[in-house]
Amino acid sequence: MSGNEAVATAMRQINPDVCGAFPITPSTEIPEYFSQFMANGLVDTQFVPVESEHSAMSVCIGASAAGARAVTATSSCGLAYMWELLYVAASSRLPITMAVSNRALTGPISIGNDHSDAMGARDSGWIQIYAEDNQEVYDNFIQAILIGEATRLPVMVCQDGFITSHGVSNIELIEDEKVKEFVGEYEPEAWLLNGEEPLAVGPYGTAPYYMEVKRAQAQAMKEAGSAILEVAEKFEAMTGRHYGFIEEYRMEDAETAVVVIGSSAGTAKACVDQLREEGRKVGLVKIRVFRPFPARELVKALSRVKAVAVMDKAESFNGCSGPLFAEVRSAMYDMEDRPLAVDYIYGLGGRDVTVDHFRQVFAALDEDVTAGKTDEVYRYICVRDRDEQPVR
Amino acid sequence: MNSTTGQTVEIRWHGRGGQGAKTACLLLAEAAFFAGKYVQGFPEYGPERMGAPITAYNRISDDKLTVHSNIYTPDHVVVVDETLLHTVDVLHGLKEGGILIINSKHSQDKIREMLGGYQGKLCIVDAERISTETLGKNFPNTPMLAAVVKASGVLDEEQFTRDMRQSFEHKFRSKPEVIEGNMNALKKTLEEVHVE
Repeated sequence: MSGNEAVATAMRQINPDVCGAFPITPSTEIPEYFSQFMANGLVDTQFVPVESEHSAMSVCIGASAAGARAVTATSSCGLAYMWELLYVAASSRLPITMAVSNRALTGPISIGNDHSDAMGARDSGWIQIYAEDNQEVYDNFIQAILIGEATRLPVMVCQDGFITSHGVSNIELIEDEKVKEFVGEYEPEAWLLNGEEPLAVGPYGTAPYYMEVKRAQAQAMKEAGSAILEVAEKFEAMTGRHYGFIEEYRMEDAETAVVVIGSSAGTAKACVDQLREEGRKVGLVKIRVFRPFPARELVKALSRVKAVAVMDKAESFNGCSGPLFAEVRSAMYDMEDRPLAVDYIYGLGGRDVTVDHFRQVFAALDEDVTAGKTDEVYRYICVRDRDEQPVR
Repeated sequence: MNSTTGQTVEIRWHGRGGQGAKTACLLLAEAAFFAGKYVQGFPEYGPERMGAPITAYNRISDDKLTVHSNIYTPDHVVVVDETLLHTVDVLHGLKEGGILIINSKHSQDKIREMLGGYQGKLCIVDAERISTETLGKNFPNTPMLAAVVKASGVLDEEQFTRDMRQSFEHKFRSKPEVIEGNMNALKKTLEEVHVE
């Protein structure tokens, strides 16, 4: 089953009240599969086929404010077109669940995978959870429903476009009844259609109030961690599959490590296995939850390594690094014995990333450790110089 | 080494958009899944047009697969459309001892010549003739799939035949008349093709 079909299957099992969606590659299959489920009477969701992503998110906001469980799916420019509404959903504290099949943003046009769409939305107030494979995106989507409702924050459930969204591989599905019981019925604390307790959603925030709303949002994000872990615990009790903020892979005595998000974590794990067989002490930290940012967990995981490479599948154009590096390095600032840290921009616009590329990264880390310092920290994997021809 | 270690079998498919190479690749993943394997089946996407060259990949293993890169040193290569030989280096990275499985009416000598004197293992399948004889139309997918299974030995043929019957029965519930045709195409291919 592909990652997109896995998400659509999770949606079927959750049977949300409302789904507003507009097709965009590579997430298009999600509403496609889902509307088949609907046509076959497998869900009783109100499916609203809209004319744009702006409207898709608006539908979700309206439905969620009214007290419904609302879901959608998008990618790339579709997510960009939702921008304004992302902030409305988050600040209105609406627990919408959105599947994102990550794809590069346009300029130049690309349908290939990278994280520039979701990374661009990192400050919109949404919880962000990333998946390595189709199993994880399925598991994450089911958990996201409860995480959103417990924190009253919207949740983005990300997977790598095409790489996992369109790649088929083995998956363990959960029985329909179990998922139904796991997500239960949504009981909002306050909702627009509740005539007993009238309510305004999305009003003007005058200066005496605006900042407090933002402060409350920030507090919700700070506290979201406990809800994420509680839901993960409940999920593990049901499936035996363990989830946290990060995944540490062979970190026990690692001297060098990579920090990576998404499907490339799997490729890097194969590299770690190879190098371990060669007697090298290497490890990997995969970030599953990017918002809220797992600073404490990362620092703990990296406390014993000598050098770390942070893998950025998005540019930030800040002139210094990609977005993930900026946050990881900032998290490490207060460590007593900080490891050396370098950033690798990789995999933009669908550029393939192989086990060999990770070998190069680990080799470069060894050189940094030997030298006791780093030179340029803002590095690239597999980018051509002006005179190099494309690899076919 | 660009990809996985151990007992993983890696296969690269070359076809043209709309010919079903991607579908055949996903069918192989499904068949291997039925056989209890860990599988991956994924196409390489670009600006796709009908008729443009496309590439798709399979990994099949007894161990969990975590690598998510394309395949650069395949164990076997499948060519669904021989006209690709003029434009795509289909042999690129093919491992020593690996098999090139090609859909063609040509003789072994002719294909070796078309491949610039290729000396490696070759499996020719005339998928058009087989599918025309058994299905009445040129649907190369089932013969190509069966040829890959036969040539690579990656799956047990008897179990594969049983699993595919179930799969066809499920897939063609609304047009049962094509189930036997596909099964015949599959069996005929398993009987006919061999590695040269």
